[in-house]
Amino acid sequence: MATVPPSAAGAAELAVQAREAARGREGYWAGVRKRLARDPVTIVCALVLVAMLAAIVLAPLLAPHDPYQGSMLRRLRPLGTPNHPLGTDELGRDMLTRLLYGGRLSWFMGITPVVLAFLAGTFLGVLAGFVGGRVNMMIMRATDVFYAFPSVLLAIAISGALGAGTKNAILSLTLVFIPPIIRVAESVTTGVRSLDFVEAARASGAGPLTIIRVHILGNVLGPIFVYATSLISVSMILASGLSFLGLGVTPPEPEWGLMLNTLRTAIYVNPGVAMLPGACIFATSLCFNLLSDGLRQAMDVRA
Amino acid sequence: MFLYLLRRLLYAVPIALSVGFVCFLLVHIAPGDPINAIVPADAPQELVDQIKRDYGLDRPLPIQFAVWLSKVAGGDFGISLATGRPVWADLSVAIGNTLRLALAAALIGFVLGTVLGGLAGAFQGRAIDKVAVSFAVAGVSVPHYWLGMVLVVIFSVQLNWLPAMGAGPGGSSDWTWDAEHVRHLILPAVTLSVIPMGIVTRTVRGVVAEILNQEFVQTLRAKGLAGRRVFLHVVKNAAPNSIAVMGLQMGYLLGGSILVETVFSWPGTGLLLNSAIFQRDLPVLQATILVLAMFFVVLNLAVDLVQTAIDPRIRRG
Repeated sequence: MATVPPSAAGAAELAVQAREAARGREGYWAGVRKRLARDPVTIVCALVLVAMLAAIVLAPLLAPHDPYQGSMLRRLRPLGTPNHPLGTDELGRDMLTRLLYGGRLSWFMGITPVVLAFLAGTFLGVLAGFVGGRVNMMIMRATDVFYAFPSVLLAIAISGALGAGTKNAILSLTLVFIPPIIRVAESVTTGVRSLDFVEAARASGAGPLTIIRVHILGNVLGPIFVYATSLISVSMILASGLSFLGLGVTPPEPEWGLMLNTLRTAIYVNPGVAMLPGACIFATSLCFNLLSDGLRQAMDVRA
Repeated sequence: MFLYLLRRLLYAVPIALSVGFVCFLLVHIAPGDPINAIVPADAPQELVDQIKRDYGLDRPLPIQFAVWLSKVAGGDFGISLATGRPVWADLSVAIGNTLRLALAAALIGFVLGTVLGGLAGAFQGRAIDKVAVSFAVAGVSVPHYWLGMVLVVIFSVQLNWLPAMGAGPGGSSDWTWDAEHVRHLILPAVTLSVIPMGIVTRTVRGVVAEILNQEFVQTLRAKGLAGRRVFLHVVKNAAPNSIAVMGLQMGYLLGGSILVETVFSWPGTGLLLNSAIFQRDLPVLQATILVLAMFFVVLNLAVDLVQTAIDPRIRRG
């Protein structure tokens, strides 16, 4: 009945036991919260991200100017110009305003593909891992094909063929992130499904859907979720990268990658201002990376 | 060993074929008829039909795929729609430039990553570990197209030490190994090296730390083996995993250099791909992606074989 090699099943079982032992008398989540509370880097990153999210959501209230309204008379003002603390861009638009509004699209385009890929990849991966056999083979061989492309190339190829646009960029990134999530979901599901408690549930007459919902998902969603969070930073860099190439957001819409592109020629005149959108991408992606590392450790998930 | 080799080679064939199919499909997922990229919108219907017949676009998809595949296998990648030259002529030059850039970046990234990761793994929790880990996180988090611009601002605009654009003086794309060309290579190679540097650091650190915790290392130390000899044991055990990660990273460098090549106007496959996308030059797009993906397939295969050769414990079906 068990098609999993005994060593893998044994290792997974040991992991579950170890985690149970580590819990002691308190719950798993209480332990996670305790470990997070002792991890200042993760907390600071989470706070920075929350602050950024608040700033871009409240952009209409916080922004001092109109993001589309420029003036040829005040192009490329440096940092610290009165009334324009972060200077102005190549069309004389206020940089602070554009950065606040630009974060909306950058965040949206970075996070949406990961969320979509998380849903689709978890579904397919759990299906492949739980059903096994021919279904598993078909799904896993299809992911092998996508693994034969470097991810950046695949994203650029798909959105290059589909043409520029926010929707196409999100679609191509989603397609890029589904296969790795399938692999993670399949391997953890295969590890869990032959454990004793799943056998016990099956023996006591639980149907496959109940087993998946109650016993499998509860044990696999954590690792898949942690893995997905580690993709957000890559996704942000790639999404802005597509816009930087001219394949994502189209002007005059503010978006960090596109702003970096249109300010490229300004590096000779006003490098400080031209570097700002990239610094925003860097800060966001760094915080998401560190947050994901912290979550992985606190939730005791092995990669 | 021989049987394993054969099986692994055979397994690469369907993968390579599917990769070819995906590249072929790229043209057909493009919105609109591919013919629209060739003829003007107001061309008479007879002319459109004529060109469709000439390009074989009137035949069913599987046949088109078979025809395209047999041509590609013979080295005929078609004619560029934008320049009218054979695709291979431009592509072969571009591949050479991308390979040089990727190899230079790999050299920097892998050496730095191995040294930093090894030190971090050996001295876990110490200052050097924290520095290495911070470098690694920064390396994988930084948008490298932005890092490229920062380096240009510092080293080209402010200090005026290194050129900011192209692969050689006067924007020529012919490469020779002289000081002027190498100067052009430095900034793009450093920019491209940060991601593999970060990932190799993380991998080597993890592997080394794990090996040092194993009992056989304690045994070696207990029986009085010199630190240098213990080091050799660690290297031997850390090599297979580290090499696997480096091989994959090499592939990502080839495919991922498009953004850096755009920033530095480096005349490689990335720049070619970029212009092909915006001129809707589909044969060039198709051929470039196919060749890069094939490099990646071959690299994956090579990594597997090297790993098996140096570590007899790995012998996967």
